Amino acid sequence: MRRFLILSIFVTVLLISGCNGQNTPSTETTPPASVEYIENKGSDTIVNLALAWAERYQTVKPEVRISVTGGGSGTGITALINGTVDIANASRQIKSEEQEAAKAAGYNPQEFVIARDAIAIIVHPSNPVDHLTLEQLSKIYKGEITNWSELGGEDREIVCLSRETNSGTHVYFLEAVVRMGSGEDKSIFTANALLLPSSEGIIAEVKDNPNAIGYDSLGYITDDVKLVAVSSLETPDMFILPSLETVNNNSYLISRNLYMYTLDVPTGAVKDYMDWILSAEAQQIVSELGFIPNIN
Amino acid sequence: MSKANQKGGQVISSAIRITGYSSILFVLLILFFLLREGLPALASTPLKSLFSVRWYPIEGYFGILPLILGSLLVTIAATLIALPFGIGSAVFLSEVAPPWLCDILKPIIEILAGIPSVVLGFIGILVFAPFIRRFLDIPTGLTAFTGAVLLGLISIPTIVSVAEDALNTVPNSYRQAALALGATEWQTIWNVTLPAAKSGVLTAVMLGIGRSMGETMAVMMVTGNAPVLPLQLNSLFRPVRTMTATIASEMGEVAAGSQHYEVLFFIGIVLFLLSLVINISASLVSTRSRGRAERLLS
Repeated sequence: MRRFLILSIFVTVLLISGCNGQNTPSTETTPPASVEYIENKGSDTIVNLALAWAERYQTVKPEVRISVTGGGSGTGITALINGTVDIANASRQIKSEEQEAAKAAGYNPQEFVIARDAIAIIVHPSNPVDHLTLEQLSKIYKGEITNWSELGGEDREIVCLSRETNSGTHVYFLEAVVRMGSGEDKSIFTANALLLPSSEGIIAEVKDNPNAIGYDSLGYITDDVKLVAVSSLETPDMFILPSLETVNNNSYLISRNLYMYTLDVPTGAVKDYMDWILSAEAQQIVSELGFIPNIN
Repeated sequence: MSKANQKGGQVISSAIRITGYSSILFVLLILFFLLREGLPALASTPLKSLFSVRWYPIEGYFGILPLILGSLLVTIAATLIALPFGIGSAVFLSEVAPPWLCDILKPIIEILAGIPSVVLGFIGILVFAPFIRRFLDIPTGLTAFTGAVLLGLISIPTIVSVAEDALNTVPNSYRQAALALGATEWQTIWNVTLPAAKSGVLTAVMLGIGRSMGETMAVMMVTGNAPVLPLQLNSLFRPVRTMTATIASEMGEVAAGSQHYEVLFFIGIVLFLLSLVINISASLVSTRSRGRAERLLS
């Protein structure tokens, strides 16, 4: 831990000194505005949205440079705790262990709900199954239902696709779908579930393979795959497709908040950026990308 | 003047000596780092759960058996695929092909060696995996076999170039003697040239195996990464999860010093030991066969 900290400080110092060296001539040409850098890393679900925001923010405040990278929610939060980024993107809430690790490193992470997102269940367009109950989904991913014929489909083996375990979407899906939101339930994914490293990998496999079922953030769904309507435990006969309306009126079950975490109560450039993200202009971009704006 | 020269020579030779010894230092440092980060896993995780059959680290299931067997399955299958192609091409290049054809083939094989594995992974995921699924009529194309074919492709250039070098060092007098005794070209290759180059060819194979075992990206993209224990008859045509893919996809998320972190480093130790075994057995085999060849000649 300590070693990583020293290393990251070392790298940061190197970077800063490197940047200074390179920027000396350009600061001479544009004297008043000093360039500020914001490092932004984390959830692959949010990365496109964060990139769109960073690009638009260039027109709002050209003197602020924002670099955005993905890698997964866990990756982003770990980087935040190690002090290598200013803002971590996460599609799940920070865990208590991570909170403690941050406290131990002397930080006090602040949480911002920046948008909402629906997790869509997708299958191959030729698959006749178009609706599933939450319980059926749970059984599919626990490996208790293994053939589409048990769900009114063709006699084909079910191939379940999932994101890797460092994905916030994976953790959310585990809690909300596999365990059906029950805190005591300790069941986990079947070992047969394919863990794919990217959202694109899941879409590509579902698009091609009639046996496959997958889940992905609504913002990533293309027209090549078929959405499955899902019903809740309380109203098992009411199947609902994910959309802006059904997420906003809370009738679509598998939806969640998307977060950004800052190291401490933000100040300066980071504070301005966070304020702008929650503004109407930035939230407009949220809906353009297929996510659901956070209306507060 | 000559004294200055002597001094310069000493400086240069000691510099060269240092670079030579540095590789030992690097290996020792890597080993030390791996052991320091990975051995605590044995204290924090009981052996029984470390060698159990379920890998699901975010809930504390740290069974690395499926990962070890997954790596072994993919590596063995890849070697079986690469072996005939690799040695066949080497024999063809060094013994059969006319020089002009060699001049075309060699650069092409070098290009194959230069293709980044992530590009092969892309082709695998978009073209090869769907093809395998339809052709073999299996539930998904993301299988151990798909990974093995890609790994075969990746290790073939290594095997070809090292094996070809070994075949080229066989003295021409061996071939001429065999041909003069009335052996056909095939008999010469199979009974004289290949056995004479045996140690070099074996080294080539071992290097190829090492290459397949350590490869990460392509494997991660096409094997499906499901941590299943690959012990069924059809396991080759089912998804598997390898050790390298596990480390690559999970290292970024773990908090330094956590149990998961230690177990990932422990997997690193296992990988290190496996490649050590491969290297040692390669050098044992090659020195032993060289000893025999020398006895025969004397």
